[in-house]
Amino acid sequence: MKKVLEVVGLTVDLELPAGTLQAVQNVSFSVEQGETLSLVGESGCGKSLTALAIMNLLPPSGHFSAAKMEFMGESLLGVNESGMSRVRGNKMAMIFQEPMTSLNPCYTIGNQLEEAYLQHRHAPDREARDRAVYLLEKVGITAAASRLNQYPHQLSGGLRQRVMIAMGLMCGPALIIADEPTTALDVTIQAQILALLHALQKEFNMGLILITHDLGVVARMADRVAVMYCGQVVETGLAAEIFNNPKHPYTRGLMDCIPVPGKVEPGQKLGSIPGIVPTPIGNLHGCLFRNRCQYFQPKCAAENIPLIEQGPGRAVRCISEQINT
Amino acid sequence: MIIYIVKRMGLALAVAVAVSMVSFMLIRMSGDPAIALAGENASSEEIEHVRKQYGFDRPLVVQYLDWGMKAARGDLGESPYFHLPVKQILGDRIGVTLKLGACALIFALVISIPMGVLAAIRPNTWWDRTALGISVVGQAMPSFWFGLILIIIFAVHFRVLPVSGSDSWKHYILPTITLGYYATPAFMRLLRSGMMEVLASDYIRTARAKGLRWPKVLFKHALRNAVIPVVSLAAVQLGFMLGGSIVVESVFALHGIGYLAWESIGRSDLPVVQAIVLLLSMIYVFLTFLSDILNAALDPRIRMM
Amino acid sequence: MNREESTTNEKLSELGLKVEYPTPNQIMFRSMLGHKGFLVGATVLIIVVLMAVLAPVLAPHDPYEQNLSMRMIPTFWQENGSWEYPLGTDNMGRDYLSRIIYGSRVSLLIGFLVMIIAASIGTTLGLLAGYFGGRVDMVVSFLITVRLALPAVLVAVAVVALIGGSTKVVIMVLGFLIWDRFAVVIRASTQQIRPMEYVAAAKAAGCSTRRILIAEVMPNLMNNLIVVMTLEVARAILLEAALSFLGMGVQPPTPSWGLMISEAKEFMLFEPHLITIPGIALFVLLLGMNLLGDGIRDVTAPEGRS
Repeated sequence: MKKVLEVVGLTVDLELPAGTLQAVQNVSFSVEQGETLSLVGESGCGKSLTALAIMNLLPPSGHFSAAKMEFMGESLLGVNESGMSRVRGNKMAMIFQEPMTSLNPCYTIGNQLEEAYLQHRHAPDREARDRAVYLLEKVGITAAASRLNQYPHQLSGGLRQRVMIAMGLMCGPALIIADEPTTALDVTIQAQILALLHALQKEFNMGLILITHDLGVVARMADRVAVMYCGQVVETGLAAEIFNNPKHPYTRGLMDCIPVPGKVEPGQKLGSIPGIVPTPIGNLHGCLFRNRCQYFQPKCAAENIPLIEQGPGRAVRCISEQINT
Repeated sequence: MIIYIVKRMGLALAVAVAVSMVSFMLIRMSGDPAIALAGENASSEEIEHVRKQYGFDRPLVVQYLDWGMKAARGDLGESPYFHLPVKQILGDRIGVTLKLGACALIFALVISIPMGVLAAIRPNTWWDRTALGISVVGQAMPSFWFGLILIIIFAVHFRVLPVSGSDSWKHYILPTITLGYYATPAFMRLLRSGMMEVLASDYIRTARAKGLRWPKVLFKHALRNAVIPVVSLAAVQLGFMLGGSIVVESVFALHGIGYLAWESIGRSDLPVVQAIVLLLSMIYVFLTFLSDILNAALDPRIRMM
Repeated sequence: MNREESTTNEKLSELGLKVEYPTPNQIMFRSMLGHKGFLVGATVLIIVVLMAVLAPVLAPHDPYEQNLSMRMIPTFWQENGSWEYPLGTDNMGRDYLSRIIYGSRVSLLIGFLVMIIAASIGTTLGLLAGYFGGRVDMVVSFLITVRLALPAVLVAVAVVALIGGSTKVVIMVLGFLIWDRFAVVIRASTQQIRPMEYVAAAKAAGCSTRRILIAEVMPNLMNNLIVVMTLEVARAILLEAALSFLGMGVQPPTPSWGLMISEAKEFMLFEPHLITIPGIALFVLLLGMNLLGDGIRDVTAPEGRS
């Protein structure tokens, strides 16, 4: 299986009035063709910024650096804006969270679907139009040809998200990054959109990075998982392994929070993780989870905690003996 | 869309009628028109005679309706000073004012659109500060003073442009700058904040994520959205400029309806003054109606309402 | 902060993981001192107010005193100028510096009084329209549109001409004309505040409408209101100057800067300083007020500017 994307040591800093926020610290992961990697974590853990850094779409206050960032075998580091614009929307596509605001209200769906294709492929209008219709049908939108002339505000949220997916697929990308694609949608629509993404991924053999805070989504979709906390990857592994045998105290805490029908008695307290997430500004050292961890020892505060390999493709950022057995 | 236009027209009409009422009442109630017409030194019999002759002794409402009905038919009365139909007098002068207003608007837009866009894409840089500087200075300078300064510099010191009058296109340069600069800050700010807001929006992020290049993102996607409120403002500002013409035209002795208004006020030529107020208000109402239509044409979301 | 949160924060501090954030008031105060426009504007206003208040002390001569043998004396930096009349004299032999100083009284007085009248009318209308919506809003919006359609300067000039120019008339006419911006801004702000939960809470608690408007809505309007007040004082000063320039404002011999420019117009080819000096005074005051208003807006709502 070819590696579509390989990221090593990605760091993202944000310049804030209060100081430099180390939003993403030394994150590494890879995605293969046809594989779904899920970046999981709560709001603010840096997963969205990781995705934006890969596409070099960070806000003006953000800066990133990485030891290695290879896409389809070629390095993305140091590529200028002109070079990046040839990659974006072409070989690498991104789908965002808010379908209600992600489309320009002044232009038709057709116009917005076709414009990237026209630019990347230098194709005639006819070809772009046909491709748009084809993909709209692929994502399950009926009467596709007439939809092309509609404006975004005439479509519902679920439809708009399907359009966004179709838009991402227009140029046949090798990698799709989906940042919380279903969070803003109704639960029933969520299931449909996820199934759609899964089917399309398999059909076009694309790599998929699925960013989410919802473990249910992860369970459904992911082949491999990287759990993020406070800007760091704290655990990686196959999805099945992570769910059946979570190792990092944070991952365990997350799993405990999920009420599983049958396992939880009525009246029983749901799990929760005490404490709050620290803000990664200033001199960081030691484990960032230590103020909430039941396995805390003095050595957890001393040095930076490395990712410790636990097997092929499995790693945990924890030095506690209880975890590493 | 049709319903929208009809609704807007109805509103415009209602406003037009209300404005005509207010302007009529204001001017009638501010002083005795009979005295104004007869002159300060007239005897009380002469004043009474004038009062009866022009119907100033009738109830105000009746006077308004009479005047209003005639105005609707295009009859704006006769000027006691010129002894000519008011309509004709206005017709002769309105061209100058409209030309001045249009030039001033174009001047303001030509300066403010590029500066506003540049300030938005390069916030807190030299461009931004210059735009801000122009903006702040423009709003603080009284137009009549600015006009006089321009005259002193260009007409007297450098002798490049004429001092006053309205014969050639050269006569319009200084008045255009004087009338137009005051609107420039408003446009610049609107465009700057509009562009900054739009550039931070999700659909711009989508456009960039699709690999569209910056010029296309800026002009096709960003500016298209940011310019919508500017169009509305342009219509309104043109209305204000026409209203503010009284100051600029009197400084430069441009024979437009602003100057005519000033002279007529000085002569207590009430029919002319009333007609000018009415005319300017109607133009403003029309311009706002036009801007509503333009808004709908530019923003598909409004069209569907 | 409840007990659990504070112990958590303590724990965070011990572990070196906490960051201190300043309070909102501290943030505002700091931005005020850091905002150049605000500081410049505030300084200008203070200086002009002091000038107006201390006019009898500061002015070297009586601004009304005519001295026909001392007409058209140039400024101290020109030939034949002297320090006795630092800014020279006008065509009636009156000391220009004294007239400038006393002129600040006219501008500030008229500016503030007009603003107060306009604010009262406009804020009331805006509150009613924004809070009650529906028909009330329709009527108020209609009134605003009608007011905006009228050419303000023209109407003001006409009305003042017909009634007769004087300071009182100017204040009344302008005050009753320029309430539109207040109405528009307060209406928009009230519309934003209306759906807030604290308003619903006050209603549910049985508060009368009057009480809600005064105790819940108005405090949240204050930021926007103060900004508009500052900017409208500037507008009023400008309008008074324009009216006086056209001869339909304050009447001579009152030293209004606009009137001084008008009186100097016939001499502008020979003695341009008679025009530039009052103009600069106006410009500086207006600049200061605008900077102050913008500064207040930036400081109280920093989301607008980056």
